Amino acid sequence: MEMLKGNVAIAEAAIRVGLEAYFGYPITPQTELLEHLSRRMVELDRPFVQAESEVAAINMVYGAACAGVRVMTSSSSPGISLMQEGLSYIAGSDIPCVLVDIMRGGPGLGNILPSQGDYFQITRSAGHGDYRPIVLAPASVQEAIDFTVLAFDLAEKYRHLVIVAADGQIGQMMEPAELPAMRPLRTARPDWALTGKAGREKNVITSIYLKGEEMEAYNQRVQARIATIRTAEQRWVETDTEDADLLVIGFGTAGRVAYSAVEEARAKGLNVGLLRPQSLFPFPTERIAELAQQVSGILVVEMNAGQMLEDVRLAVGTSAPVDFYGRMGGMVPMPDEILTAIEDVYPVAIR
Amino acid sequence: MMRDAPISDRVVVYERPQALADIHTHYCPGCTHGISHRLVAEAIDELGLNDRAIIVASVGCSVFSYNYFDIDACEAAHGRAPAMATGLKRVSPDRLVFTYQGDGDLASIGTAEIIHAAARGEPVTAVFVNNAIYGMTGGQMAPTSLPGQKTTSSPFGRSTDIAGFPIRMSEVLAELDGSAYIVRRSLHNVKEIRRAKKAIKTAFKVQMAGLGFSMVELLSTCPTNWGMSASDALTWVADTMVPYYPLGDYRVIDAVKDL
Ligand SMILES: Cc1ncc(C[n+]2csc(CCOP(=O)(O)OP(=O)(O)O)c2C)c(N)n1
Ligand code: SF4
Repeated sequence: MEMLKGNVAIAEAAIRVGLEAYFGYPITPQTELLEHLSRRMVELDRPFVQAESEVAAINMVYGAACAGVRVMTSSSSPGISLMQEGLSYIAGSDIPCVLVDIMRGGPGLGNILPSQGDYFQITRSAGHGDYRPIVLAPASVQEAIDFTVLAFDLAEKYRHLVIVAADGQIGQMMEPAELPAMRPLRTARPDWALTGKAGREKNVITSIYLKGEEMEAYNQRVQARIATIRTAEQRWVETDTEDADLLVIGFGTAGRVAYSAVEEARAKGLNVGLLRPQSLFPFPTERIAELAQQVSGILVVEMNAGQMLEDVRLAVGTSAPVDFYGRMGGMVPMPDEILTAIEDVYPVAIR
Repeated sequence: MMRDAPISDRVVVYERPQALADIHTHYCPGCTHGISHRLVAEAIDELGLNDRAIIVASVGCSVFSYNYFDIDACEAAHGRAPAMATGLKRVSPDRLVFTYQGDGDLASIGTAEIIHAAARGEPVTAVFVNNAIYGMTGGQMAPTSLPGQKTTSSPFGRSTDIAGFPIRMSEVLAELDGSAYIVRRSLHNVKEIRRAKKAIKTAFKVQMAGLGFSMVELLSTCPTNWGMSASDALTWVADTMVPYYPLGDYRVIDAVKDL
């Protein structure tokens, strides 16, 4: 265990599991990630480029990913907006790629404070087109490390885009965590990669299907893959749900603060449980639907105006009333605020 | 070779380069995209780089060039080919990585990407097809359209009051220290085509020697959207484009001369 800042931990974890190239552009609260890699990648003689923009950075990632190497970029909300085009092309080309989003307050230039205001942006699509990336949301520095490692494995397993979506709090805070051991770099490139056609037919990577029938068939293949991901890759943690009358749901920092509030509520004798989604896509829909049968009410806590709330409502249907407590614009809720929200809705839950 | 010799005795003096795939292209009759494809393919063949070359196709009439070359290929977003080439080249330094871009792609939407690829001295090559118009989308004004040029989005002729002035990309990129080889050639007659071929080959050699960024700008025709016959289009290149876009070597660093 060592004291690690979230951004640095993600960067170093990526290096240790064989990051072969990094392309990025500075933006707070993500910048330490890029800065750490600017030193470490060069020390290790691996490609690092500070691109001219996020538009360029994601397209450099696209190029390197076409060559079949482990590659990633990182940014924060406004930068992710600029990357949408490249993400869509990457998605449409079936190549593995990892993106880290250290979310900040918006809309617009907003601020550099922690936020979860981009839940819709990262879970609904990756740019234009009909597609959903895998989205992992850490709530601690250790999870940020573990999800970075997992992100590469999932990206390569499914040839799919994986986003590690942390709010600025996770990127900026320091806490004890353990990094993975240093792995040797892969030497082989996948058979679909662009390496020059020596000894084989040429490889082509594109995202263009001019005929409607072909584009639809491609979409059907992608949707089949996404259906597999939906069943196989839902991740979440639960606390005190067995006998809960009220279920609190929150992800990332909001989920972590909610944990403290749930502990306090328990100490006061309230039967409250917590479910913290670790994968935002695929969303743990079935488990939430199941718990909705058991509890008398649900409270969703987010650092936004209620975005995951929609996924919870879709899962719950009419099984239980769903309430919401949120802070916006970079404000992080305190445990006592959430406790008050729990107490406010709790009597309703019991009725 | 004698004209009347039996087929078995004939000698092949002209054939499809290996680096060109044996398929029909969708280019319009008289379009010089076909010529520039052939020149690129010949250069790859002659340098023996067929097994090591990767083309980054762009968005424009040449969007399907990944089909037309028999080499590894990918297709970039509009204007982003130099960034994609950067990613590919950084992880494959011993491969030939080149973009094939139109003037809308390179000189408008992708200006930032091409300038910074050159500024970084990225050892990739841009084959830049300047036909002074947006071909694929049906003939709109390009950043390179000439003052007074009629297009579907400058129906009264390009007004410099409304649309400003054309960009001379070779001159712009020649200012950057990362550029090793920046030249402008034309495809309007045999002599210029031969010079263009030589330039493409040199640019590829510059890249493989790791000397820095290289670009060959090729003045090209779009008879379809210019509303001209193929031969009138060639004349228009010579008489109208060349005076605005002078042919020549805009930056050739000393090391290139030693190649
Ligand atoms: C982001 C984006 N904007 C616009 C387009 C539409 N578009 C396709 S090709 C093109 C112009 C291409 O012109 P040029 O680069 O000059 O190549 P040419 O077709 O003349 O060879 C445009 C605007 C697009 N595909 N993507
Ligand atoms: S539209 Fe113009 S540039 Fe495109 S293929 Fe036809 S002639 Fe060539």
